Order: sequence, then C-alpha cells, then structure tokens
Amino acid sequence: MAVSVGRVAAVNSNIITVKFADKVIQNEVAYAVIGDKRLKSEVIRIRGEYADLQVYEDTRGLKQGDAVEFTGELLSAELGPGLLSRTYDGLQNPLNDLAAECGNFLQRGKYLPALDMQKAWEFTPTAKVGDEVEAGYWLGFVPEGIFKHQIMVPLKLRGTWKVKSIAPKGSYTVTEKIAEVESLEDGTVETVAMRQEWPVKLAINAYAERLRPLEPMVTQTRIIDTFFPISRGGTYCIPGPFGAGKTVLQQVTSRNADVDIVILAACGERAGEVVETLREFPELIDPRTGRSLMERTIIICNTSSMPVAAREASVYTAVTLAEYYRQMGLHVLLLADSTSRWAQALREVSGRLEEIPGEEAFPAYLESLIANFYERAGYVKLYNGEKGSVTIGGTVSPAGGNFEEPVTQGTLKVVGAFHGLSRERSDARRYPAINPLDSWSKYPNPVSEKVPEARAILRRGNEVSQMMKVVGEEGTSMDDFVLFLKSEFLDNAFLQQDSFDEVDAACSLERQRYVFEKMLSIIKTKFSFDTKDQARSFFLELTREFKNWNISPWGSEKCKAAEELLDKHVAERRA
Amino acid sequence: MQTIHTRVLQIAGSVITVSATGVGYNELAEVTSKRGTSLAQVIKIAGDLVSLQVFAGARGIATNDEVRFLGRNMQVSFSDDLLGRVFNGSGQPRDRGPALQGKAVDIGGPSVNPARRIIPRHMVRTGIPMIDVFNTLVESQKLPIFSIAGEPYNELLARIAMQAEVDIIVFGGMGLKHDDYLFFRDTFEERGALVRTVMFVHTAADPIVECQMVPDMCLATAEQFAVAGKRVLVLLTDMTNFADAMKEIAITMEQVPANRGYPGDLYSQLASRYEKAVDFEDAGSITILAVTTMPGDDVTHPVPDNTGYITEGQFYLKNGRIEPFGSLSRLKQQVNNKTRDDHRAIMNTMIQLYAQCRETQEKQSMGFLMSAWDLKLLKYGKLFEDKLMDLSVNIPLEGALDLCWQILGECFEKTEISLKPELIAKYWPAK
Repeated sequence: MAVSVGRVAAVNSNIITVKFADKVIQNEVAYAVIGDKRLKSEVIRIRGEYADLQVYEDTRGLKQGDAVEFTGELLSAELGPGLLSRTYDGLQNPLNDLAAECGNFLQRGKYLPALDMQKAWEFTPTAKVGDEVEAGYWLGFVPEGIFKHQIMVPLKLRGTWKVKSIAPKGSYTVTEKIAEVESLEDGTVETVAMRQEWPVKLAINAYAERLRPLEPMVTQTRIIDTFFPISRGGTYCIPGPFGAGKTVLQQVTSRNADVDIVILAACGERAGEVVETLREFPELIDPRTGRSLMERTIIICNTSSMPVAAREASVYTAVTLAEYYRQMGLHVLLLADSTSRWAQALREVSGRLEEIPGEEAFPAYLESLIANFYERAGYVKLYNGEKGSVTIGGTVSPAGGNFEEPVTQGTLKVVGAFHGLSRERSDARRYPAINPLDSWSKYPNPVSEKVPEARAILRRGNEVSQMMKVVGEEGTSMDDFVLFLKSEFLDNAFLQQDSFDEVDAACSLERQRYVFEKMLSIIKTKFSFDTKDQARSFFLELTREFKNWNISPWGSEKCKAAEELLDKHVAERRA
Repeated sequence: MQTIHTRVLQIAGSVITVSATGVGYNELAEVTSKRGTSLAQVIKIAGDLVSLQVFAGARGIATNDEVRFLGRNMQVSFSDDLLGRVFNGSGQPRDRGPALQGKAVDIGGPSVNPARRIIPRHMVRTGIPMIDVFNTLVESQKLPIFSIAGEPYNELLARIAMQAEVDIIVFGGMGLKHDDYLFFRDTFEERGALVRTVMFVHTAADPIVECQMVPDMCLATAEQFAVAGKRVLVLLTDMTNFADAMKEIAITMEQVPANRGYPGDLYSQLASRYEKAVDFEDAGSITILAVTTMPGDDVTHPVPDNTGYITEGQFYLKNGRIEPFGSLSRLKQQVNNKTRDDHRAIMNTMIQLYAQCRETQEKQSMGFLMSAWDLKLLKYGKLFEDKLMDLSVNIPLEGALDLCWQILGECFEKTEISLKPELIAKYWPAK
C-alpha cells in the first residue's frame, strides 16, 4: 500500500518533519509507524527534501528515524449506501464500531471502514448498456431508509463514458461490481461498485448548473423564517458568546428544518452535546416521514478533546457527504458547530509551522479557507434535471463574545444570512437570542413582504426604550410609550419562541404567515389609553393571550378560542 | 539500553536541549545535577536535538550534567494506597510518606469515545441552596467557579467537597499559597474526608513545570477510580495558574502567542482536561469542579472565556455569594424534573422575582417613588439574599424548597405569584 517511505526527522507536538526519498504530493495521506500502530497524517508543507505532516493522532513515543509510509492518495471520504444514521469521527471512523472493538476509550492508530462491507443492498438498475454517461450520472438505486440512494458513475472519472455492462436487479455488497463503463476517448474500462471515494478538500462539481438559492428552507422558527430567512442552497452563520444558545438553536433547526437530510458536524465542541443528539434522535419521530429522526441524520463528531488536526478534517468530511447526497437530487442541511474551533485548529498548526501570523495569530489564509468552505453550499440542477441543494449553517464562537474578530468577520463576508446572538437577550431569557436589530438576511422572504414595517417598529421601540432610560417613564409621551409597548409585544409574542414546548417549538410556514398578518394588524392599530399603567397592563394581557395562541395546536378548538379572545380584546381598545 | 548524555547544549527557562537519538516524543528523562535528580519530559525533537522541560526547573543545571532517558511516558502509580496521601506535581510524596508502588498509568490518556457516553442523570447534592435549587450540580458535570482574587472560592470549593455525596475526592492545587494548601489539608482531615482523598499539590514556590502536570495527574488517577466503579469528584484550583504556567513555557519555547500571550492551543489544552468528566454506563463517574480566577473580574479574559465555551455552565462568585444571574448549570434540566414536583417552577419564579427586585433596587437608588409592589419586592430581595444566597446556609434541597415557599408566603399574596394552582394548593404555607 505504501508508495514510498520516509523517516521522521523532527517532532513538535502534532507536526512531524519527514525526510523523504523520491517524491511526495502536497496533502497526500501518510502513516507514521510506531510499533504496531500506524498514525494517519497529512502532508501540509514541503521544503527541499523534508515534508511537514500534521498527524491526526497523539504523537507520543514517536522517534527520530521512525518510518513514515506515503500513500499517494489525498485524504478521502468513503461514499456509498449506509452512511445515514451513522456517527463518525472527523476521519470518518464509525464510533459505534470503534466502541465495540476498543471499549470506552478511543485508541490511536485504529481505523475502521466507514461503510458496512458485508451488508447487501437491493439494487435496481436504471441505466442501460450503451448509455452515454459522465461522472455523477445515475446508474441505478438502492433503498436506504426512506430514500432512493442513487448509485452513480464514479465522481472521479473525467470525460464521456459508455455503459458497457450493468448488473441485473439483485442484492450486492458495496464493493461488488455493478457496472462497467468504457471511455469514449481512449477505450479504458472502469469497474463501478456502490462504494467510491472522493478527496474531502475538493468540491464535487458533477452537475449541469448552479442556480440561485431562491427556494425557502423553512426552519419553523419564527424569527428566522419571518425576519431572517434562509434559502435552500444558502449559507448562514450564528455567532454568539457562550451560553447564548447557539447549540440549542442548531438542535432545534436540525429537528424541524424542511430538508431531506441533516448532517451535524460537531467540531471541537463538548462531547455531552453530541451525546444528547445521539441518544435522543433515535427516539424522536420526524413528523414529515413518521420515521425516527436518526434515519435522516449523519453525525460527524470530533469533540474538543479529540485530536486537533482531525477537527479540520471533520468539516470537510461533513461537507463532502452533504455534496454526495445532493448528487441524488436531495436537499441537505449541514450544521457545523463550531467553525471557530476549526479556525483555532488551523491556528495551532500554523503556529507550529512558524508561519507569519495574521490577526490574533490566525493564519493569513484563514479567510480564503472559510470562503471556500461556505462556497461549497449551493442549489444545483443535475444532468437529468433533478434539483438538489446543500445548505450550510455554521456557528461561530467569538472570543469574549466580540464580533470584531477574524473568524466572525471572515464568515460574514461570505454568508447570505447572519443570525447574531446577543448576551443581553439570553440574559433576559429572550430565546432564541437572535438580535433582531443587528441580524440580516439576503434571501427572499417566504412569509410576507411587509416584514420591514415590523422591523421599523422594533427599531423605533428600541430608540424609545433607550430614551426612557434617561428621562424615565414620566418624561415619555404617550405615543412613544405605546410604540415601545408595541415593539415589546412583537418581541415577546412573536420573536420569542419556546423551543421546549411541544407546539410552539415548530411553527409551520402557513401558521407564520397567518400569525404575522395578525401581529402586524395589531401593532398598526391605533389604541387609546388613559394612563400608562393601563396601556402596560393591556399589552401584558395581550402578550399572554398571544402566547397562549402560539402554544395551541394549529386549527384546534383551543387555537380558535384563543384567537377570538385576542380579537375581542383588540377591538375593545381600538381608538 | 539507557544511554547517559552528559552534554547539555542549551538552557533557557526550564527547558534544556541535549543531543540524542532514539528518543520518543513525550518520553521522560532524569536529570542529575548538584541540586539532586529531577524528572524531565521531551517536548520537541528536531533532528538529533532533543528539548526537555525539567520539572524542577533548570536553575543550577550544569552543561555537563547527566541526562538519562527512561524510555517511558509520565505515569502515575495507581493503587488504593493513594487515599489519604499528598503528592507534588511530579508524583513525589510531599507528606513524608513512602513512595508508592502501584499500577503505572500513563497520564493524559486518550479521550472517551462519544458513542459510549450517556446523558447525565444523577444530581450531586451539596446542601447549598444556590446550587441545589437554582443551578443543580450533576454527576459528570464540568463546572468552573468564576471568581476574582479576593473571593472565598477555596472555602466554597472545600465546602462542596465535604458535603457532596461522592466516593472519592481528587484534589489538584496549582500555584496555591502554602497556607491555602494547609487549609485544604486541615479541612479534609478535620472533617474525616482525608481517607477518601488524594491530593496533588503545587504551591506557588514550586517549579512551574509541575504546575502544568497537576491536572493530568489528578485526572489520570480519577479515571482509574471511575473505571473501578467509584463516583469521583475532582477539585482543581486555580486553573488560571495552570494556563499561566502553560503561557510561560510556550513563550520560553518561542511559540507564536495568540491572545494576550497565551498559546494558540489554550482552548484545546483546557478542553482535553475538562472533557475527562464522564459518566460511564457500566462504571463510575468523574465530576470536575475547578476554580478560574478572572483577572480584573473580566469574563472576556482568554482563560475564563475559553473555559466558558468548554464547561457546562459556571458558578459566578461575587461579593461572597453565588450570583444567580451570571451562574448557569447547563445540565440542571436533566435532573431537576426528578427531584420534587415544585423544583423547576419554584426555581423560575424565585429568579424572576429576584430579577424584578434588582430592577426595583436600581429604581430606588435613582430616587424614583416606591409603589406597594416595589416595597414587597424589596422585602423579598432581602429575605432571598439572607436566607438563600448567604454561603453559610446549609440545608438539604427539600428544606431549601420549603424555605422558598415560606419566603414567598411571607412577602406576597397567592394571587400575585404566577405558579400553577395545583402547586400553590399543595405547598403554599398556611398562615
């Protein structure tokens, strides 16, 4: 398997310098041999006859002169049926299989295949002998859970090929031959199996064209869909200080988002959070399919105490799997938590390579790497006209909660929506703590074109509240005071949403449209009040009733009753 | 094949460089100088130049002193005889007891497979209402105490340790003042807890490298006890000193600093320690409580900031009390629905009222008129602070919940409190 062998010349934490004999390829995978263990590494810099490698494992015990085997292959993901509902580490090792083999603790140098090699899949061919195909063309499919998992012409092939033979309907393992294709250019013949590999750091481009992301991706979170919407194939980021609810927001999104497949990349975060998803998702039922949520989920988990270099690999592995499922005409959502940890991993490596540091010691190429990553999202039309998308949502954990740092700024340049979480809102228990004044979205609004009117009221309400801090309630005019109460009402009853309530946690698009119209009509209504206390208690009452309406199942008797009560109250006070 | 090297090429800070081959990364060595023998650890190999950090510091090392490589990693010897003993950061006894012969365990071992972790499920009772009622500590949680220098954080830590229902306590002191070390030792001894305690202590006078070893020594020991089915509580004070030790060594090694001089891998270094907290399905558990002092009460300082992103909440100690607003236990939801039916409701109500009281206090200080409701809130705030927030209060959870009802009853009418009618009927104190 080894193409060539080098020798360790220097060790500095997870960076090793290797003296090589004939040739090395930038970013190729190599294994450092220590006793009976082989530690996976990647070439990241070549200087003269020495190559610097980052090792994806603990390097303790590695000696000068130890052998390093170069493979000639770039770091690749295994693709094929059987990825869904699995949990992998950053290098795509199946964690459950590792646990079965090694017990409670992870062992270094232990790698297992990502796909089940024994399992047979029921294959139905759709291509015919003689069809002209290119990389990514569908040859047939196997059922994987509720999806038709399309088996494709290997993505690595270039040019035009002809189907020379195709396997009949039947069951096959992922490594068995299911087709042969012949190049129309030079007549070489390639064997096709269900399993294929793709280098994780390169984007998969086997589609007819990339379209503008205009179709909404509904998250069923009101403040997102109505105020800062996301489109399928779009990108968004959630920066926020610790404790502001980034992870809860991502978990809620992963449950309710209107997509086919969700890939969670837990990158350098707490293991405990992954465990909650791991243990809870199999129990939760996806309302759209009636099946367990886990069946549409893949978890890539490289938590904070796992090797740092693999953290970088984990986001690329995740996005590669997302692109692969997109090639089947599916809509995929990739949630990366947190991209700051990935950036920090880059910083650690860059520091050890003694590169000239950029801002806050992050490497100068940080921004272009972030841009490259988010650009792998997209809404595409495949060769056969089917459409698929990859949507990327990344959290950012800025140091000290200050958004003026390189990772947040580098991300803001390239994403289509910004959901900034604020400490003030989370301290005031206003969840989701997305700041409605600072956040933005460039995607079309699926709920209403009148949202700017609502935002204007929020902004002016905020101005009044700032002013009131100085002059007190006494010094505020009744009109201003009511405006302030209206913006608070909009905030409390519409923007805030209880993610632990069964009904309120997910608000359908239809419901949002209706509720938003109602909300807007209330806050545009002119009311008359005698005193400020009267106004305050009126809006408090209204808030309670509106919230009651929010937690009543849509269309139920309870829901109708709550709405009638609300209308009655508004009518009583109309000026 | 233990080769002895007698030529030290470079000495800078506590790091020495020798010329040697066949040395493994992170391997241990013994350095013998006039001042005695010290352990040292390989932290960099570049060709045949091997850099080691000397645990006892490089002061007094001569260029012709002996360096002997041991061919093994840093280990801690594990056996039940550890209990009741005190060691320094390199695992040498500092209590005049015998050196230990036990199973040698590598420190800083691999992390637990996330697929084998379970959702935490047991509360750790501490007898402190601000913790038990409002920010419940959960077995396998990792929680720092954020505090400024003058606060009684060590007293709090010692109290939690004494009252927490755990099998084993592993104590790690980093940069401790000597009297603080004696305070902990005496407290453990007086309260009869020393027999179930292991202490790894680095005082401010000890060499800096040993400071860096303390958390790993503690956690490797804790892991062994946990695998053997024990519920272990690890106490670490003060993690800011640990981070500063790391900073000192990184700068000596001419590493590129990231924020305020701290090395770029501060987050990963802290995380690899804190993430040792675990609850095994088929064995014991590790719970970590650590003190993080915040220079200048600044929560955005790199150490508390990175810690906050790693840990599952924090206790925020201010003015001798655990602040209800800055404090957070992210895991409390996992357990506070299984304690008593009124726990969650009373927790939320009490905090909301106290928040209102704080606003009223502000209004009062600005000279605004106080309404009847304001006066009720002020009375409530006073009772809340005296009866619940005071750190000397020591009552079990059920007693604390009853006390909450009593305070509510003393200050408010039933109708003024937004609690479920069933709970009010069940618990509202009779006058």
